[in-house]
Amino acid sequence: MVIKKPTENLKGISRFRFIFSRDKKAPVAISVILIFILSALFAPWLAPYDPNEMTLDMMSAPSKMHLLGTDDLGRDLLSRIIWGTQISLFVGISTVFISLILGVILGVVAGYYGGWADMIIMRYIDLQWAFPNFIIAVYLVAVFGTGLLNVIVAISLAFLDDFARVARSMVLTLKEQQFVEAARTNGSSNMRIMFKHILPNAAAPLIVQATVCVSYAILGEASLSFLGLGVSANTPTWGLILADGRSFISQAWWLGVYPGLAIMLIVLSINFLGDSLRDTLDVKENLL
Amino acid sequence: MLDYMFRRVIGAFLVMLAVATLVFFMLRLVPGDPIAAMLADAGSEEARAAMIKRLGFDKPVPVQFLKWFGGMLQGDLGNSIYGSNQPVTQILAESLPRTLSLAFLSFVIALIIAVPAGIISAAKKNTATDNAFSFFAFLGLSMPDFWLAILLIIVFAANLQWLPAIGYSPISEGLWPWFSHLILPSIAVGTGFSAIIARMIRSSMLEVLKADYMRFAASKGLSDSTLLLRHALPNALIPVITVIGIAFALLISGAVVVENVFAIKGLGRVLIQGILNRDYPVVQGAVLIVSAIFVFTNLLVDILYGLIDPRIRYS
Repeated sequence: MVIKKPTENLKGISRFRFIFSRDKKAPVAISVILIFILSALFAPWLAPYDPNEMTLDMMSAPSKMHLLGTDDLGRDLLSRIIWGTQISLFVGISTVFISLILGVILGVVAGYYGGWADMIIMRYIDLQWAFPNFIIAVYLVAVFGTGLLNVIVAISLAFLDDFARVARSMVLTLKEQQFVEAARTNGSSNMRIMFKHILPNAAAPLIVQATVCVSYAILGEASLSFLGLGVSANTPTWGLILADGRSFISQAWWLGVYPGLAIMLIVLSINFLGDSLRDTLDVKENLL
Repeated sequence: MLDYMFRRVIGAFLVMLAVATLVFFMLRLVPGDPIAAMLADAGSEEARAAMIKRLGFDKPVPVQFLKWFGGMLQGDLGNSIYGSNQPVTQILAESLPRTLSLAFLSFVIALIIAVPAGIISAAKKNTATDNAFSFFAFLGLSMPDFWLAILLIIVFAANLQWLPAIGYSPISEGLWPWFSHLILPSIAVGTGFSAIIARMIRSSMLEVLKADYMRFAASKGLSDSTLLLRHALPNALIPVITVIGIAFALLISGAVVVENVFAIKGLGRVLIQGILNRDYPVVQGAVLIVSAIFVFTNLLVDILYGLIDPRIRYS
């Protein structure tokens, strides 16, 4: 007799509900992520002060007036962190969206057609593999210049090869299966087979990969901003707030602690969510 | 084996050839004007013409490429166009030992944390201890390295004043000054890295513990520590070697950011300063070296893996 795992009989939503109810960290992670998304959306109403308003109340410690204290120019740290959520999440989600779409197209085409298309695409991917992702992003910002759009393009391109690799290897396994054969016999076009039949079956590892990449993209944006290669010197982003506060941390520890705490909380929650999704969707762990 | 090594070495050199070509052409094919960017706002027409001539941008692109490439093969990467106009090779040669020192110490720290953590997690699978280790691994992965660096400075340099907050001291000036300057940055870089290795060792140990020879060893009445350390660990470490090559990328990326926090003039700081000063010869050189370190580390890992596990050579 074959003993099935209890989850194998469950499909769709009920499977999610079953595993998420047993996995205690998933609901916590989702709640934290929701809090961050809501503060990004409602920043103008939630932030107690204008994030760029300078006051004479400089480097004051956390108090009732300023819950997380103020920086060297008297700006309210909590308000700056709340507004910073917008950039972090926007960059994190939009970059993964772009690299997911481009990477999947490259990977699916390479895996499905094989031959020359595969060779050219794979050589490109191998070449990208010769650079650490963050170094690619840094170099692209050096070439394109700083700014929101350039940072998004740089980080998206840096992650492209990861998605292409996952998509390609999934397609290579799936294209030999009978349902693809059946679709071909039915007279389905290559486009239809690739994107209607193969892709939905390759979705699980891509979803997990995308979740993990959001956290890497948020870290990447924060690192670029911290190095002065980010969005702009006037937009409050978490990395920039940390960079600005760095010179004052011996007198004002809060400037060095809270912005980083925000980055860590969101990245940790996304990583936990990714881990739960990996269990739920039964995807084999791939650490990088 | 020799055939396998030969193929891998040739492959690595071909990749480096392509990388060098890409690094060169990226700057020239991208829309926009690097000269205008380098001169920022201060450039007059004459300054612009002089700069174009000095960089050799007035010649056709293929000629520029051959000149640059020929120079590169002889170890000449041009001169910095900022400040003292030092040769790029000299700048890189000065900064490389600092980055390698940082990477080396981070690697050692990561292994000191990761190996026991991975073994204990696997031995105590699904217990509170395992969960705690797993939580800390996630924490390590999620913490931005530059933030950890700042926290370490706040605690150990600003408050306790045990260690210097910035700078670097070469090992030739004594072991302790070298170590005391590098220990905080190394912890900042090594923590995330150790989380990856620990998780990898845990899952690899769990695979090995299921094997028949482990059950046989246990039935001989061997103690738990002999089982884990003598029989399981050496086998569990084999697949871990592959991920070390990939995770080395994290180490280098971490070093780039963390060097800037601690004002260590290593490759990362040279790269970022080069970008901020629009010093393109330096940026090209630094990217090339970083990628070379990465490619050759992976080559070394592949060869090592082939030596340890003969099955790899023939696949």
